[in-house]
Amino acid sequence: MTSHAEELSCVELVELVTDYLEGALPDAQARRLEHHLDTCPGCTEYLTQLRTVAGSLRGLTEESFPEEMRDGVIADFGDSRNG
Amino acid sequence: MSMHPDDKALLGALRRGDADAFATLVDRHSSAMIRVAMAYVPTRATAEEAVQETWIAVMRGIDGFEGRSSLKTWIFRILANVAMRAGPRERRSVPFSALAAQDAGEPAVDPDRFLPADDERFGGHWLVMPTAWPTPEEGLLAGEVRNVITTAITGLPAAQRTVIALRDVEGWSSEEVCEALEISAGNQRILLHRARNRVRQAIEDYYGAVFEIDYDAVTAQLADDTAREETDLK
Repeated sequence: MTSHAEELSCVELVELVTDYLEGALPDAQARRLEHHLDTCPGCTEYLTQLRTVAGSLRGLTEESFPEEMRDGVIADFGDSRNG
Repeated sequence: MSMHPDDKALLGALRRGDADAFATLVDRHSSAMIRVAMAYVPTRATAEEAVQETWIAVMRGIDGFEGRSSLKTWIFRILANVAMRAGPRERRSVPFSALAAQDAGEPAVDPDRFLPADDERFGGHWLVMPTAWPTPEEGLLAGEVRNVITTAITGLPAAQRTVIALRDVEGWSSEEVCEALEISAGNQRILLHRARNRVRQAIEDYYGAVFEIDYDAVTAQLADDTAREETDLK
């Protein structure tokens, strides 16, 4: 956990994690990030948590279009095409 | 650009007047459309009306659709235009990218969680670090924490809320989100990063999952280690 000028600090790393997970970091930067993770339990946990958040929300809520509006537009479609 | 094969079959059915095909399209996209509309308009009712108006525009425009974008992107572009016009007067014709710019500049994690940058040995390192969550085996959405997450997302600024809902709740790709909202890939990632971090923070607060590092003890330990090494070398 020593800080060299060319090494990432934790406060810098946390801003890069989504770019990293999205594969948007340049290679050299990604290697620096991984190098930091090798020795930093705090950042490793932080990365795990962001990954957990990203992968856990599927289907959390659904916004339902009101039934009568739905049926209305579908009926309008039928009328406009066949009427 | 050639037309997506799914779009081609669906478009053919729509142009033949197949109401089932139209119903499939409505059921597939309306949830995400309400989320996007909510970024532009103040109330749920206005968002629903914007979605309804969009479907009417889609049925009128379907014969003229040229397939230069995917059908989905085309539908969401119409929605953005409809919702922008339905928004509050002062925000009319404000594109999503401008909404996104309103919440720029906020750090992902509270700066007080780290040692100051000018700390001689540990500048910028965690002071209060995150620790593992006691997540239920069935995942984050199985327990009480589900409500914590829902509340956190509801409370997000509109642009962040929309991006995390499309990416992580609806499961869209980043390309789809960028196209539908007309934002750059970089902008999309900034919004997603902030949104996921606010959710992460809410879960952490709920579990109280942090550990404050005692740097005096760390420094003493390092000094001990150095002294021992020097003794060993002698």
